[in-house]
Amino acid sequence: MSDSLRFMLDGELIELDRVEPTRTVLQFLREDLLRVGSKEGCAEGDCGACTVVIAELVGDVLEYRAVNACIQFLPTLDGKALFTVESLKAADGSLHPVQQSMVDYHGSQCGFCTPGFIMSMFALYKNNPAPTRAEIDDALSGNLCRCTGYRPIIEACMHMYDYPAPQASDAQLLEQLRGLQRQQGMSLELEQARYYAPSTVDELASLYQQNPHARILAGGTDVGLWVTKQLRELPLIIYLGNVAQLKQISRRDGAIEIGAAVTLNDAFDEIAGQYPELAEMCRRFASVPVRNAGTLVGNVANGSPIGDSMPALMVLDTRVKLRQGSTVREMALADLYLDYMKNALQAGEFIEAIEIPAREEAILLRCYKLSKRFDQDISAVCMAVAMRLDGDRVADIRIALGGMAAIPKRAALAEACLRGETWDETAVRNAMQQLEQDFAPLSDMRASASYRGRAAGNLLYRFFLETRPQQPLGAQAVNVFAVTG
Amino acid sequence: MEDRVKQQARETAAGASVPHESAVLHVAGEATYVDDIAELAATCYIALGLSQQAHANITSIDLDAVKAAPSVVTVITAADIPGNNDCGPIIADDPILADGLVQYLGQPIFAVVATSQTAARKAVGLAEIEYEVLPAVLDVATGKDQESWVLPPMCLRRGDAEQALQAADHKLKGQISVGGQEQFYLEGQISYVAPKEDGCLHLWCSTQHPTEMQQVVAHALDIDFNQVVVEMRRMGGGFGGKESQSAIFACIASVAAYRLQRPVKLRLDRDDDMMVTGKRHGFEFDYEVGFDETGLIQGARIEMAAQAGFSADLTGPVVTRAVCHFDNAYYLGDVAIDAYSVKTNTQSNTAFRGFGGPQGALAIEYIIDDIARTLGKDPQQVRKLNFYGKEDRNTTPYGQTVEDNVIHELITEIEESSAYCARREAVAAFNRDNPVLRKGLALTPVKFGISFNVVHFNQAGALVHIYTDGSVLVNHGGTEMGQGLHTKVSQVVALELGIDIEQVRATANDTSKVANTSATAASTGSDLNGKAAQDAARQIRNRLAGFFAAQFEVAVAEVTFADNLVSCGDKQIGFKELVVQAYENRVQLWSDGFYKTPGLNWDRDAMQGSPFYYFAYGAAVAEVVVDTLTGEFKLLQADILHDAGNSINPAIDIGQIEGAFIQGMGWLTSEELRWNEQGRLTTHAPSTYKIPTITDCPAKFTTRLYQNLNVKDAILRSKAVGEPPLLLPFSVFFAIRDAIASLADNRINPPLHAPATPEAILDAIDALHAEAK
Repeated sequence: MSDSLRFMLDGELIELDRVEPTRTVLQFLREDLLRVGSKEGCAEGDCGACTVVIAELVGDVLEYRAVNACIQFLPTLDGKALFTVESLKAADGSLHPVQQSMVDYHGSQCGFCTPGFIMSMFALYKNNPAPTRAEIDDALSGNLCRCTGYRPIIEACMHMYDYPAPQASDAQLLEQLRGLQRQQGMSLELEQARYYAPSTVDELASLYQQNPHARILAGGTDVGLWVTKQLRELPLIIYLGNVAQLKQISRRDGAIEIGAAVTLNDAFDEIAGQYPELAEMCRRFASVPVRNAGTLVGNVANGSPIGDSMPALMVLDTRVKLRQGSTVREMALADLYLDYMKNALQAGEFIEAIEIPAREEAILLRCYKLSKRFDQDISAVCMAVAMRLDGDRVADIRIALGGMAAIPKRAALAEACLRGETWDETAVRNAMQQLEQDFAPLSDMRASASYRGRAAGNLLYRFFLETRPQQPLGAQAVNVFAVTG
Repeated sequence: MEDRVKQQARETAAGASVPHESAVLHVAGEATYVDDIAELAATCYIALGLSQQAHANITSIDLDAVKAAPSVVTVITAADIPGNNDCGPIIADDPILADGLVQYLGQPIFAVVATSQTAARKAVGLAEIEYEVLPAVLDVATGKDQESWVLPPMCLRRGDAEQALQAADHKLKGQISVGGQEQFYLEGQISYVAPKEDGCLHLWCSTQHPTEMQQVVAHALDIDFNQVVVEMRRMGGGFGGKESQSAIFACIASVAAYRLQRPVKLRLDRDDDMMVTGKRHGFEFDYEVGFDETGLIQGARIEMAAQAGFSADLTGPVVTRAVCHFDNAYYLGDVAIDAYSVKTNTQSNTAFRGFGGPQGALAIEYIIDDIARTLGKDPQQVRKLNFYGKEDRNTTPYGQTVEDNVIHELITEIEESSAYCARREAVAAFNRDNPVLRKGLALTPVKFGISFNVVHFNQAGALVHIYTDGSVLVNHGGTEMGQGLHTKVSQVVALELGIDIEQVRATANDTSKVANTSATAASTGSDLNGKAAQDAARQIRNRLAGFFAAQFEVAVAEVTFADNLVSCGDKQIGFKELVVQAYENRVQLWSDGFYKTPGLNWDRDAMQGSPFYYFAYGAAVAEVVVDTLTGEFKLLQADILHDAGNSINPAIDIGQIEGAFIQGMGWLTSEELRWNEQGRLTTHAPSTYKIPTITDCPAKFTTRLYQNLNVKDAILRSKAVGEPPLLLPFSVFFAIRDAIASLADNRINPPLHAPATPEAILDAIDALHAEAK
């Protein structure tokens, strides 16, 4: 029994039968609706030319989120509202403030990236009434422009609030979306492909146990590329996004539990609130549209050696909660990873949530990311360190790195040589040498093995400079991105 | 602010910052690119099968499974091309589809035509191709050693450089390496072809050179040029990447459409686009320079080796421009330049904004940087000392006299406006106090020659129509790729006719309207097409003035066109009214126009002549901070002063300058092309190839236009602004080098390569530390 897919577009209900589960929102817009304003620039969520905005009912409010239409599967729109660049003009044909501002401040040249920028700006306009330059940068970090050099776009963002606000109310849309919410799971069944979106964890666990070869889909920021780039067939998809329980962040005695369907942005807001030292990593993790779609647990489950969340989560002693049918077990995150893209999950087992323990008192924590570009780049090296000092001695230290091995990995030798030692220049120099023994990194397009090795050691040295008992240096003295003048 | 912008939009005169003619369409998602054109019934889609070897003979191709795949209509190979299997712009060494021999990994071998794009892409993977692998040349150094060329070496001599070097007080030798750059137009390559009656074809092609597309398609199909129409409304970026290299896709789509007699679209996936097409040429330089105590250059010898890739494409003119920009803004004394177009088994490198000029000029800036540090001077002093003179020391190595030199005044102005000297001291103070982070500062100049180096390309045509409602339509030989060409040409026409810009509409470039056009390239778009459109508008204006003079019995010479009115003394009539009356009196209300740039000459063999109509100038100051532990850097401030002559549209010109600055900064910092040992480009998507993003735009970023009139009679005395500002971010690169050098008290020249990725910066730092020991 196949359901029909239902979502709102420009005040109209779109109801579709027989939707191919891996059809992307961008294909649907361009090929089926002939709404060609949204562009394909890369089909991998890296250029933002296809950016659209999704409004979702969260409790009693609408949340507006920019996402990449090129890797967003169409069925994931069920129960939501879609906005594209064509949605913004007023009924009388006048431009939306974000559009008029871009015209007046000369924010477009070739114009191909412009619809994507407009939609990221529209989401910013909806969510932030007075953004700073840093907030503008963040909101637009997933949109590439090859023509303007961005300065006029930044200016357009600064001034988009100067125009009369459009007469629009969310009340009607709220009502419409309430009417679209399902009490039960949803399924789409075609001859070649099936798609299930269960609404409870139990239903999900049972479905996956019965269909262990199914592909679990959360944000789709990686799985989307399997389809658009590797042209893979995904005959059976189980989507997590409708399981309310998995969208929860819960706090218990300072510990944070993050469900499998919590987006990276929501998870990072919570984590950076408790660990401000991780704010830069959270900011530099992909881009806003990717963080709006992708989930933290998805990043963890994917287990890529270059996933940026894992080093920090590992040094915080994060635990993963695994579920298979009705069986639940837990393990340390570090134990989840066995080898390159291999993990300890059994057939039909999935990560239900991760738990970050309560903040240890007096913990010294840093997470450093090295890449060719500040925004939306994959790390050459990502290092997280958590340390507790007892006087000037290292009481405990955990060091984890990404980009240095086939899996995100703790630096066992470097950690061991530091425990109990006086935290001084000699100790850190020794640890830097041990770090070379801990890892045998690869050379690839992001960096050579030699650079990775030297930089990782130097990052440990940076950590020392920031945390040494005598004359520790502030971020402004060690991090170029903290320098303002 | 809003009012000012709107008021400017209402103004007609050139010099107003009217918005881009398509700005409203862009922001509304209503601007039509080739892939947005409503498709014709029965349209087919193409995906390409690419070589998986860098250099090999194809010993067998089995495409049976491909042909049998669902939705596949046909498969095209070299044997299916009815005419020439070549799409090279100058030399016939660019196969449309590989025929027996593959010369780079990524070279198209076959094309699958299917009823859906996904089906075509999936079918590609079913091909069975066997190769006999041949030795591959994958880097410039190896190619140069093996004397593997796509074109004969070039050589320019002025005076006796050897003797000048012998006689010089100081000599310095060195190597410089600068990488290539992917154009990364946001809209990938695309051609959409519809067959028409009687063996004709209509192409919508994202290209900077519709005429060349018309020609190569006709050659591939063995039909006449008049059977092919190419139409181009706008590109989603070009940057040189769609000058010659749109050809292969236009040809493949046309062969398929011609054969099937069905509409065929070829739109490349981004990864395929980057695997197939050429990029900016990477260069390796070997130099020797002689100079005196003060840093004054007495002679220079340089070998330039450009990575051409597997075929010549535009490498000849690119390398010529590199040779002609080695001087940048400096008088070099006796000069010996040898330039090599190195054949490698990689993508065939092509045009990219600056076209070799940036690479050539970067070399002399690097050399001057080296001289300054060797003598313990601020590079700024040595730069100023070597600038071209106004009355003497003003001849370029290729024999052209620099007649419009404003670099001295421009530099003085920017030194002051950017507080260069005070900031030089502040940077030194910062570095004294900071063990880990180091700041760097640099001021670099630009002098860039404007015109095609091939004299006959410097021509353009236009058509202007005035309709009887007073609205005007202009069509010209240039293409719009975001640079605002149509806006500027419309401004020129509106000014000529004295009417509002809103009355003027620029239309798609179309080979059936203006014939035999040149590429929109070499920054000449507005210079050439603006003049041609002005010529066309002026002819109609003259006819209207004559008609007016006859009607009102006034002197023709005293008739003026302004504010939508045509006047003479107290006689006055609305433009529209006059047009209607003129029509009724059988006055021709449309005209063609033509322009050719005067006074150009170039002897290709001697590498001497006056290839440039004029020079554009500029300068930039950049301040960076570098992390000496990781090699990360951040641009803190950039100040630009650039010469666009009498700017037709300051907003558009500033947009070009800022955009080129950031794009050039990407080339010199984060944008790194890497090939693996098999010759596979491993940076072939935005996930691995990193162009600048919004955070790279510095918090302090000031761009001003230098007040200047072009001394030559270029369109409205403006200057070309497309390419010259790409050299401005040299300041960023040399500021990074300055920051690194501070670690050794500015005594040692850091061996920094471009792009200055964190790794390249850390390598230079480590090398500096090693040498300082």
